[in-house]
Amino acid sequence: MAERIANPWGERTPYARGERWPARVDTMLAEGVAEEDVDRWVGTASVLHANGDGYDVAVKDGRIAGVRGRAGDRVNHGRLDPKDLFGWQANGSAERLTTPLVREGGRLVEADWDTAMGRVVERSKALLAKGPGGWGRFGFYTSGQLFLEEYYTLAVIGKAGLGTPHMDGNTRLCTATSAAALKASFGTDGQPGSYTDVDHCDALAIWGHNVAETQTVLWMRMLDRLAGPDRPRLLCVDPRPTPVAREADVHLAPRSGTNIALMNGLLREVVARGWTDDDYIAEHTIGFAGLAEAIEPWTPERVAEACAVPARDVRAAAELVGTCEALLSTVLQGFYQSNQATAAACQVNNLHLLRGMLGRPGAGLYQMNGQPTAQNTRETGADGDLPGFRNWDNGEHVRELAELWNVEEHTIPHWAPPTHAMQILRYAEQGSIELLWISATNPAVSLPELGRIREILRRPELFVVVQDLFLTETAAFADVVLPAATWCEKTGTFTNVDRTVHLSEQGVEPPGEARSDLDIWLDYARRMDFRDKDGRPLIAWEDPESAFEAWKACSRGRPCDYTHLSYASLREHNGQQWGGERLYADGVFNTDPEYAETYGHDLATGAAFTEDEYRAKDPGGRAFLHPAGFEPSPEVTTDEHPLLLTTGRTVYQFHTRTKTGRAPELDAAAPSVWVEVSPADAAALGVGEGDVVRIVSPRGAIEAPVRVSGIREGVVFVPFHYADQAANELTVTAWDPVSKQPIFKVAAVRLEKVRAGDGGRSPAPHVGAPAPVEG
Amino acid sequence: MHVAHYLGLLHRAQDHLARAFREVADGHAEEADLFHLCHKLARQCDAHAEALRPFVERYGEDAPQEPERLHSEIFRGCRSGGLGLLRDLQDLYLMAAECDIAWTLVGQAARGLRDDELLAVVTANEGETAIQLTWLRTRLKQAAPQALVVA
Repeated sequence: MAERIANPWGERTPYARGERWPARVDTMLAEGVAEEDVDRWVGTASVLHANGDGYDVAVKDGRIAGVRGRAGDRVNHGRLDPKDLFGWQANGSAERLTTPLVREGGRLVEADWDTAMGRVVERSKALLAKGPGGWGRFGFYTSGQLFLEEYYTLAVIGKAGLGTPHMDGNTRLCTATSAAALKASFGTDGQPGSYTDVDHCDALAIWGHNVAETQTVLWMRMLDRLAGPDRPRLLCVDPRPTPVAREADVHLAPRSGTNIALMNGLLREVVARGWTDDDYIAEHTIGFAGLAEAIEPWTPERVAEACAVPARDVRAAAELVGTCEALLSTVLQGFYQSNQATAAACQVNNLHLLRGMLGRPGAGLYQMNGQPTAQNTRETGADGDLPGFRNWDNGEHVRELAELWNVEEHTIPHWAPPTHAMQILRYAEQGSIELLWISATNPAVSLPELGRIREILRRPELFVVVQDLFLTETAAFADVVLPAATWCEKTGTFTNVDRTVHLSEQGVEPPGEARSDLDIWLDYARRMDFRDKDGRPLIAWEDPESAFEAWKACSRGRPCDYTHLSYASLREHNGQQWGGERLYADGVFNTDPEYAETYGHDLATGAAFTEDEYRAKDPGGRAFLHPAGFEPSPEVTTDEHPLLLTTGRTVYQFHTRTKTGRAPELDAAAPSVWVEVSPADAAALGVGEGDVVRIVSPRGAIEAPVRVSGIREGVVFVPFHYADQAANELTVTAWDPVSKQPIFKVAAVRLEKVRAGDGGRSPAPHVGAPAPVEG
Repeated sequence: MHVAHYLGLLHRAQDHLARAFREVADGHAEEADLFHLCHKLARQCDAHAEALRPFVERYGEDAPQEPERLHSEIFRGCRSGGLGLLRDLQDLYLMAAECDIAWTLVGQAARGLRDDELLAVVTANEGETAIQLTWLRTRLKQAAPQALVVA
């Protein structure tokens, strides 16, 4: 199967509009193992990207021996991403943590669980005993890669046990804008679309989303439609020549940081050309007049100037999305990690609202997730939100939770929005947060401006707990390291971007003394002796299934209602949606004040509106058309830093490579950092393929070999996976005012030639967006 | 006719608020959101003052000659730390509130004057000041429990 490194998408199985996507079962087994040798197959889904592909893990002699896609799964119809084909090998890495570690005399030394948890609990109790405001001394920074049951347990510990709003996930870096935009436009989080919309659409619009490399199986589905008899038209908005761009009918490569200018121009053209669904607008939306006013100045010529794209391409793009019958959009980091992130993502929602393109086959929208279980971080409130898409500012919602958990309403932090990750780090920097518990994420590589992050984690006053599979760059700063079990070593559920819930079963034992994140948090809750107001244990569940049942009760009556699901039903049929095939089929949105997750924000400042202000808008189930004027990014180019840096992923790696870097095939396919430079910029700098350059921003510098690629002029790209030359040494500390998602896509840099290459190529992959210009 | 007084008051209040936003932005630069947003809001205040300038001239800025002051009566320079941040933002809030009510009053004067041009300027800009106030309240509410109870 080495061919799936060379061709990550495999063979085409073309199909026509409205047909069922043909199955294709992808299998990978350890060398020397045949299917008949396998002891048992264990159901799971992808954890190395966000697509949620259903598959089975082969278990032989108590070890993972391979993977096989499930043909009947609604998401992938048997296909697998190359990261899933090879990434399971990381589970068996000799570098796994097998015992807890505690810091002794400046060094991390092995300890037993009692000692390690004892230290965490001792410090926790001491912080609570310091007087009022004990809640504020704790910060939790979790992940988009754990299971629903684990997040929910953590959320209850945080909100009803300690009573702290200082909890966030690394989802802040990846999908916070998705959630914020869905809340802003439709009233609550919750993805409107279905993956089957690919089967029914006649136009695809891909907004800042290199879907070919980040959700390969979704792209396979799209490719199979593109190869079919009635090919949908394809629009790609991306500064890089991604595989999507190469297939596109129209490719717009805007200057980084100008998404709002582009979107306003496209919406203006759609309105001016009469391509709107006026009945839908009248019945199901509010705010058209304000939007019309905001977009009016954005003629194609003005867009061309702001975004550095041809005006005729703007017109062509508008026609593509304006004249189709069934438009499917997907949005990702090019919008979420850029300036005006929430506002820009809302403009895609606006396009679908203006054209009535929601809630029917083919008319769909994915405000895409970047991580496998990010949706659950958001649903359960492990990102700080209240669980079940409840509104922290709605007293009735808080009362529901207080009743469910049997705690006082005032225990649950609801005086302000939850504390986002960057603010948690800031409180830790200032010393008011004294215990920071980091689970399944590696902020020492993934957060912006790493020099500052390291200084914070190094503070002697800050007690750092790290719960992970490996001794990550972050774990090196920890006071206590807790070895965690991972996927296939524990049981739990998770949910993807079309709201498909999969059960992932334990197939093998965790290494050494490693424990599931659920067990670790249940142990913490027990040792902390969190009680409800009648003196009973706050957390009554004790294993994944009982945690799932507890979550079901919490989700009841909310948009993400899981009460129709159970472990038994998921074992019967793995991969079931909540909310039905599509949301908003009736055009009734979740904006009723009693039901909505937010009373809304000003998108330019993040100013929160009050309940009265929200009620005055009388949304009554209609969606909001949010206008936004264009504003330049906090950082723009200067003479000293004349290029724009954008960061992102390759198809072969996930995040900071803690897993994919330990799978030999994936590691070899993209072993080390590179920088993509356009031919014009390379010529101006006097550098060529393989030459090593220093990339300098106002905050730091890294070195990387050059890949001369088809990236747009004036923009350079560095993958963020590599800890030794980390792109985030360069990125700016700034974030969207509503979603608080950091801006990883717009930083000003210059390139300096360090040395000539050895005549060979850079280590950049030849596949995907980094492909060399010569072909 | 006292319109000039109020135009002058609002013009200067916007000018002072712009400077205060800039000082808070730079004085609390480690609060990255404040740094970027306060600079942006300072530019908004500049634009408000600029939009008012023709009317200040038209109606003659009849206010007593004052020495150019760096700070308003309220804001006397940045404080440090979490509590200092709270106090600085509260000062900005009060200054923005002064602008907010002055927009209302200047708008009323414009109606009395039948000066549609001035009214248009008021209508176009007072909303931004109102949002500044709302944002300051949002940010203050978020910061207060940590600064007042925990730190």
